Amino acid sequence: MDVKKGIAVSPGISIAKSLVIDAEDYRIPRRSIHPSKRMIEVQRVKNSFKEAARELSNVAVKQSQIKQQEIKDIFAVHMRFLKDKTLLKKITDVISHEAVTAEYAVSSTLRDIASHFLKVNDPYISERAADIYDIERRLLRQLLGSKQEDIEHLTEEVVIVARELSPTQTAGFNKSFVKGIASDAGGRTSHAAIVARSLGIPAVVALEDLTEIVSGGDTVIVDGNRGIVIVNPDDETLKRYEQYSEGFTLLEHKFTAVKEKPAITRDGTRVMLLGNIEFPEEAEVVLEKGGDGIGLYRTEFLYLNRETEPSEQEHYNAYAQTIKVFQHRPVIIRTVDLGADKYTQSKRFAREPNPFLGLRSIRFCLQNLEMFKTQLRSILRASELGEVKIMFPLITSIHELMQAKMILRDVMEDLDEESINYKRDLHIGIMIETPSAALMGATLARDVDFFSIGTNDLTQYTLAVDRGNELVSTLYSAVDPAVLRLMRNIIQEAHKARIDLSVCGEIASDPECIMLLLGMGVRVLSLAPPMIPEIKQIIRTVHINDCNDIARTILSMNSERQISNFLRDSARMIIPEAF
Amino acid sequence: MLAGDETLEDEMYETEIEIKSSDGLHMRPAMQFVDLANQFDSEITVSNQQDTADAKSIMQMTVLAATYGSKLKVVAKGRDAKQAIEALKELVDTKLFGNAAAGQDEKE
Repeated sequence: MDVKKGIAVSPGISIAKSLVIDAEDYRIPRRSIHPSKRMIEVQRVKNSFKEAARELSNVAVKQSQIKQQEIKDIFAVHMRFLKDKTLLKKITDVISHEAVTAEYAVSSTLRDIASHFLKVNDPYISERAADIYDIERRLLRQLLGSKQEDIEHLTEEVVIVARELSPTQTAGFNKSFVKGIASDAGGRTSHAAIVARSLGIPAVVALEDLTEIVSGGDTVIVDGNRGIVIVNPDDETLKRYEQYSEGFTLLEHKFTAVKEKPAITRDGTRVMLLGNIEFPEEAEVVLEKGGDGIGLYRTEFLYLNRETEPSEQEHYNAYAQTIKVFQHRPVIIRTVDLGADKYTQSKRFAREPNPFLGLRSIRFCLQNLEMFKTQLRSILRASELGEVKIMFPLITSIHELMQAKMILRDVMEDLDEESINYKRDLHIGIMIETPSAALMGATLARDVDFFSIGTNDLTQYTLAVDRGNELVSTLYSAVDPAVLRLMRNIIQEAHKARIDLSVCGEIASDPECIMLLLGMGVRVLSLAPPMIPEIKQIIRTVHINDCNDIARTILSMNSERQISNFLRDSARMIIPEAF
Repeated sequence: MLAGDETLEDEMYETEIEIKSSDGLHMRPAMQFVDLANQFDSEITVSNQQDTADAKSIMQMTVLAATYGSKLKVVAKGRDAKQAIEALKELVDTKLFGNAAAGQDEKE
């Protein structure tokens, strides 16, 4: 039994067999398998050789026009390596003798050969090391690709264990069988965390070397409440966790009971609870959990996991699917927020030394007008179907907002010329997620219908902390006095200009922060769908006067620690049943 | 050394070859050698002073690192050992790998 401590990023307990996903770009750890599984792993290696050879011959056909004999020769050499029975046997022998995974056997054997080649004092031979690495990657891609298919066609419940999860991998998850996520890397707002919360499954990240400890098929407990992962628990631990898990489920049922009731405080203040979603299918979850609409529809997923850009119709279909679920209730579609940590497969983004300060989000859209216009067109067309609002992310200045609105007007004119209908009065809003936007609230408010505060990026940019970097992530806090002061400013400006205001960052789903937000004047929260019932329960328990008192006290505090302690204490005092 | 006994399953033949192509047994010559060896049922090994390689394995032949002027011993064991040795010797000594076969490559 191994107990690993990480960061809890999505609540709940899950106990299931593990499915380990290795990453092609990282050293494949030595991972033992049960001796009875050796035949399966040997077959996987054989298949990967066959598939890699097939893939290579396809590439070779495509490149047959190439005149350069040298490139042809390199492909030909690779092909012979893939058909080399001695090489195949060397790898399968490793599996048979040492009972290790196919991935490890392939990687370790080929790396041995490559390092042997590198030592030979003959440039021809040492250059072949690069070929060997290339062949290793080809084979691993096959092996990991088949693992990816495994995730898409699961037949039993699993906990996914990975070094780090990419949007591409999680997009293909079979949601009914993935019961938990545990990863070596990541922070509270890493992709794995966001996906886990949106699916309502427990997750723990920043476990450092978990993938080296777990073997596929090991029983794993993911404790998303305490940030603990237990590998191969003993009987006593297992029993204790099964009981704990039952108790937690009961609590969840209690929250579910409030889903039909409105989010109203004891004194009758109405609060609107919206859902943050990524996939159209999640719209149903928001409805099921008692949400009033969609406050943040992320659209990056239309661009990921594919080789070409999505067509206007693909955009439209995704939006239409979501809007139909909500009809006359709001659906806020955020224009594409690619760049920084989210890249498309076509690698249209050049590597940047400082991607979070680079060409991302609205900046990228404003430089790629064709792509941007395609999305705007489809959002406008979809606006006919319900109460669609459009939201531009990462606005830092009035100039950017003007540019974005001008392009939107261009697209509207195009649609007019083509006599295509859309809602002329659709609301246009912006994310407030940079300190500059928060400070310029009064100016920006004149030209938009709503603000939505994205506290994740606002916190990261205000405090200059990379939220995904475990070394500094403890410095990241959305209730830092600096962040709260910026929020207070933007909330006041929105109220003065009489425009709508919502909060869509992680803070909106943090039970301890709800009273603070209400006290600061926030009446619309957009959050991860599974958290809606719990937050609603809290809202129904509190009185707005208490919230105002808490907000006033907190905004007079100057240290983050003082604030978070105060929040914890007051939450326990006023709504003890939730904690 | 056995010679010409048709009834024996494991006939064994051997010969010595010298690599005369300037690049040594590199890339294309190596591929040609391995491809040709793979056309025979016999077990075929190639050795220099230190190592012995399976002539049908590009991996092992690459490790053998035969450079210009290397003298290699080729041993074939099996039903078609004689033909294998003759064909491989012809590839190295007579056809001189690419040079004699250059025209043929272009046609491919």
